[in-house]
Amino acid sequence: MSLRPGQELPGRTFRVTRADLVRYAGASGDFNPIHWSERFATSVGLPGVIAHGMFTMALAGRAVTGWAGSPDAVLDFSVRFSRPVPVPDDDAGTQVEVAGVVRSVDGDRAELEITATCGGQRVLTQARATVRVTPEASG
Amino acid sequence: MPLDRSFVGRQFPPTAPYQVCREKIREFATAIGADDPAYHDPEAARARGYPDVIAPPTFPTVVTMAASRQLIDDPALGMDYSRVVHGDQRFAYTRPVVAGDELVCTTTVEEITERGGHEFLTTRTEVTTPDGQPVVTAWSKLVVRG
Repeated sequence: MSLRPGQELPGRTFRVTRADLVRYAGASGDFNPIHWSERFATSVGLPGVIAHGMFTMALAGRAVTGWAGSPDAVLDFSVRFSRPVPVPDDDAGTQVEVAGVVRSVDGDRAELEITATCGGQRVLTQARATVRVTPEASG
Repeated sequence: MPLDRSFVGRQFPPTAPYQVCREKIREFATAIGADDPAYHDPEAARARGYPDVIAPPTFPTVVTMAASRQLIDDPALGMDYSRVVHGDQRFAYTRPVVAGDELVCTTTVEEITERGGHEFLTTRTEVTTPDGQPVVTAWSKLVVRG
């Protein structure tokens, strides 16, 4: 797709279950029990098991590479984890919605602003990516 | 216990090289549901000019988180890890991580601040090849909840 300043990028919805968190813990090496133990999470004042912030960022990254049209287009990527993403212990889990808008385009680079919400609340703020605009993305 | 402010500006010695293998990249990509062929199929990655599969953008966290234990596990810092949540994260890429890479992390404590009863610790980790070629720089802000 072409990227033009002001353009709204197609939203993505990602389902997140406890199984996803266990798989991500193993793949990433982040075994902090707040991401898999209800008992531990509540004992440190959290509402329950929460997703790894870096898992939420990874989902946003999937949206970004999709918008850029290339798996290697991301030049800079930053987020603030503004709220936890609680993940209930059921088959449905929760949903993270990722949306984006093109802030600017300069030559072969585009600046994207990303929003990510869970249950209507923003879980990422100040989320931005700089992507290389590939020929297929700009064509 | 407050974080020891004397850590600000401290740079830790480079880590032993982390060997990035194809299966670790595939495992990570699968865990985040990233199905682009360049993350899984060496031929697809070669068609993009890379010697082997490339990693999704947040993969460097696998390497940098392990490296940050140098700092977090130092008892002199005084960090209660059970009270830590991730505040901010940024990556600035020179190129994607590629299977076969050996990655060395050099971590520096950039800042320790306090606000609203919470403490904030910002680190910068330069991820390079063993001969110092840059791959990605990662900034991480951890929040110690008061």
